[in-house]
Amino acid sequence: MNLQHLGAMSCNPAMGGIAKGQIVREIDALGGLSGIVTDNSTIQFRMLNRSKGPGMWSPRAQCDRSLFSSSWRQYLEANNNVFFWQDTVREIIVSRGTVEGVLTASGQKIFGKSVVLTTGTFLNGTIHIGRNNQSGGRIGEQSARGLTEQLCSLGFHSERLKTGTPPRVDGRSIDYSKMEEQQGDDQVSGFSFLPIEKIKSTQQRCCWITYTNRNVHEILKSGFDESPMFQGDIQGTGPRYCPSIEDKINRFADKLQHQLFVEPEGWNTVEVYVNGFSTSLPARVQFDALRQVNGFENCVLFRPGYAIEYDYFPPTQLNNTLRTKAIDNLFFAGQINGTTGYEEAACQGLIAGINAHNLIHNKEPFVLRRNEAYIGVLIDDLISKGTDEPYRMFTSRAEYRTLLRQDNADLRLTRRSAQIGLASSERLEILDRKEIALQEIKSTLSQHKLSPELVNSYLFQKASTPISERTSFQKLLLRPGIHLEELIAHLPEEMNAFQDLDSEIIEQAEIQIKYEVYIQKEHSMALRMNQLEDLGLPSSLDYNSISSISIEARQKLSTVRPATLGQASRISGVNPSDIQILMLLLGR
Amino acid sequence: MIQELEDTITALSTPPGSGALGIIRLSGNQAIEIADKIFAGKPLHLQASHSLHFGRIVRRLPAPQAENTDTESQEAIDEAVVSLFRAPHSYTGEDVVEISCHGSPYVLQTVLDLCVASGARPARAGEFTQRAFLNGRLDLTQAEAVADLIAAESKAAQQTALHQLRGGFSADLKTMREELIRFSALIELELDFSQEDVHFADRGQLLNLLDRLEQSAQKLIDSFRLGNAMKNGVSVAIIGAPNAGKSTLLNALINEDRAIVSDIAGTTRDTIEERINIGDIQFRFIDTAGLREDSGDVIEQQGMARSRQKVEEADIILCLQDCTQAEDAGFKKLQEWLQSFSKPHFLLFTKSDLLLTPVSIPNQALLMSAHTGEGLELLKEYLLSSVTTGRVQAGDTIITNTRHLAALQKIAASVREIRRGLNDGLPGDLLASDIRLALFHIGELTGAVQVDRDILGAIFGSFCIGK
Repeated sequence: MNLQHLGAMSCNPAMGGIAKGQIVREIDALGGLSGIVTDNSTIQFRMLNRSKGPGMWSPRAQCDRSLFSSSWRQYLEANNNVFFWQDTVREIIVSRGTVEGVLTASGQKIFGKSVVLTTGTFLNGTIHIGRNNQSGGRIGEQSARGLTEQLCSLGFHSERLKTGTPPRVDGRSIDYSKMEEQQGDDQVSGFSFLPIEKIKSTQQRCCWITYTNRNVHEILKSGFDESPMFQGDIQGTGPRYCPSIEDKINRFADKLQHQLFVEPEGWNTVEVYVNGFSTSLPARVQFDALRQVNGFENCVLFRPGYAIEYDYFPPTQLNNTLRTKAIDNLFFAGQINGTTGYEEAACQGLIAGINAHNLIHNKEPFVLRRNEAYIGVLIDDLISKGTDEPYRMFTSRAEYRTLLRQDNADLRLTRRSAQIGLASSERLEILDRKEIALQEIKSTLSQHKLSPELVNSYLFQKASTPISERTSFQKLLLRPGIHLEELIAHLPEEMNAFQDLDSEIIEQAEIQIKYEVYIQKEHSMALRMNQLEDLGLPSSLDYNSISSISIEARQKLSTVRPATLGQASRISGVNPSDIQILMLLLGR
Repeated sequence: MIQELEDTITALSTPPGSGALGIIRLSGNQAIEIADKIFAGKPLHLQASHSLHFGRIVRRLPAPQAENTDTESQEAIDEAVVSLFRAPHSYTGEDVVEISCHGSPYVLQTVLDLCVASGARPARAGEFTQRAFLNGRLDLTQAEAVADLIAAESKAAQQTALHQLRGGFSADLKTMREELIRFSALIELELDFSQEDVHFADRGQLLNLLDRLEQSAQKLIDSFRLGNAMKNGVSVAIIGAPNAGKSTLLNALINEDRAIVSDIAGTTRDTIEERINIGDIQFRFIDTAGLREDSGDVIEQQGMARSRQKVEEADIILCLQDCTQAEDAGFKKLQEWLQSFSKPHFLLFTKSDLLLTPVSIPNQALLMSAHTGEGLELLKEYLLSSVTTGRVQAGDTIITNTRHLAALQKIAASVREIRRGLNDGLPGDLLASDIRLALFHIGELTGAVQVDRDILGAIFGSFCIGK
């Protein structure tokens, strides 16, 4: 492994996006670095899904790839408790069922009371470009060999996954005038709850949109007999939501064009990323096909796209702290658990790290529930359901997404993190100020009513029915399209108690008022569900002896060994009557 | 609890009391062993599942008395046919033995005692069905259907319970669930994949899907009235002035002289209930004392108070009037009083055989004579149509359980909420939240609660996703 590649973005130079942006906000609220580093290296910021409910708002940042990496390095080096060693782990050192350290390729033994393995796509990685394949963990880097085999000999079970990346193109060879421009937002709110300096909206770089066409598809099809996917060279399962371009034209043959996003890789580079053109066809086919794309007629490649297959360990082999069940004090995080995406990996690293620390200091495990964080949804999904394709977060995986908003990640998590000594006092002070301001504005709003003379002109502007009597803020805010900030701006100065308030606070108050019914609804659903989460299942329970539950449930429960009835209820193949039986058996 | 499931349980499975036959059931892994101890016939543990065996139920006497032959060591209780079902192919999913013997309470109690003495535990109420449920032989709605089947008092009630037992209800819900998931997938597509180049569903299409959903939910809800009628019967209060012919009508309907019939006004002082099946549905006719405001008879006043109460409890009211006194002022008052109940009621003009000249009666009223039988068949049709009207067709799933009704009403309410949201331009994630609530309520009935995989599966199966 190469220390120079620390913080390397192997794929798309972007952080956040739908559901992923919420995760980065949660990492930040807990005191992790992903949000800060992203804010430092952002070249374009957008809040996706603004037109949807606040649970859907998702920050996304296009990053400068090298700045992202160097910023990570800087922050890590600034931490006196972090030490570095460049090498490749060959084996873990195990004694009496407990991990004690690692053995590296250069023969070094590094000891530790707990170990977190974050292997990315490196375990027995195989890179495919056409029918050529070579060993490698990332283009230009060696794969890691031996570790999978040792873990399997210790009782772990491994499987193969596949992912891919598109070609990188020389931006000087592209004709942007033939593409649609996609600009950043006018307001850059960024990721971190700390006062990190954000880029100015006017400085942002723009991205571009273009489309494939029939000619592109024909050329790609001509390469199918050299496709490692279609010819069976690739055994691992790829993600359904991020298919290669050849997969798209094959599965959705009636679609005449596919969207491509042309994204800059940084401030000071001409390299661009062709988002949507992930492929493992031969380089020649990739090149010929790209040249048929509008704006790419004269394109020159930096390097072709490729597919990579790698080992992962189905995550049902973990408990809810990401500790392995087979070996004590050993933790797994990231792609080794079958996930994909920087955000998914980062939050696992954080949770595994926290718990590795807590374990050896005899502290309580740190577990987030499904109604507390996307991170909780992600880990619970992984350990309860496992995954047979690279797991990516979607908002639809969360049952309480009106609770799990990007805007309230700090309200949800910072205090919990401070309790375990992670979130800094600076974060707590900011949070305190925010909560107090929020209380104040909400109580002021609840005491004031607005007269028709004051607001009817605003309501008229918004094509909303005028009011005939004094009406509360609450009631007006329930109307679609009515926003607190605009409402306040519309009030005459002398009676405006809110003018000095931070717009973030105003927005937060508006969300809490406008969506209160939905927030309450999800809240009470969560409370009901949490009753099952509180019912622990004894680790000694012999599921195979319970003849009253289905055979499939017996097998699944024996494999996953859920910690609670709630977790058991989410295992596929375990149906509610099995849960009712378990409840009866537990004497409930 | 695990321990409890390993017990072998026994109980009388036919109604208590004297009958021609009585059946005692044993269930559990010792059922066959216990039956062998009390059965003199072929050794049951050597017999095949689903077989019948004739023999005697015997009490084997303690060893000291059994010195000579086998026959002297045992006392015969009854002759019996024993049915054998081996696990898992039995009602409970366990080994089951059913002993059919003669239905004397003494014999049955003795056989039951013998079973317990040989190692069985008396079953608690519903425990056989509970075991069937625990052993995965029945799902929750099916287990509920069994309880209904046992309690069925009419052919329709029995048919409904049987349909539900065979999973008919679950199949309807499954279709609804799939439709909702399809709807959900269309909404989620706009949320998780708003950046994708896919065609989003237009609102008209979504409303269309909602209409279909609401229709199927409403149809099931509508069926409850019929279902409830099938299960519990329909109560019909017969009211009218004294001597309007209430008891005579009742007697004509049941062809039985249950009520006291006389020509003296006010003979029926008590309410009388009779059950009669019309077109597979059980109707419970409640004859009430005559409603007469000026009666000075104290006993009859008590009877009248009871009549009012019966009217309030009834599903349908039959209001009788002697047709020779069709213009009676008291009858007009009675009709006004009936309007206040807002439940179906029919006006019946009785004693048409006594009519000398034609008389004009209101449109919806029926002229009838209990003596000639005029109007009786029409009345039966009226009654039947009062519970079978609506969108419910023959062969449709009919719900009979109030828990199901409550869940379906919640589903329908969520669907209405979704529609309102769609019309108000509510963001998709909040719409989706109502959809999840509807799916949650379906899950309360069918058990399938986890939906995210199904939704994502539906999206990836239908749309080209992925940059």
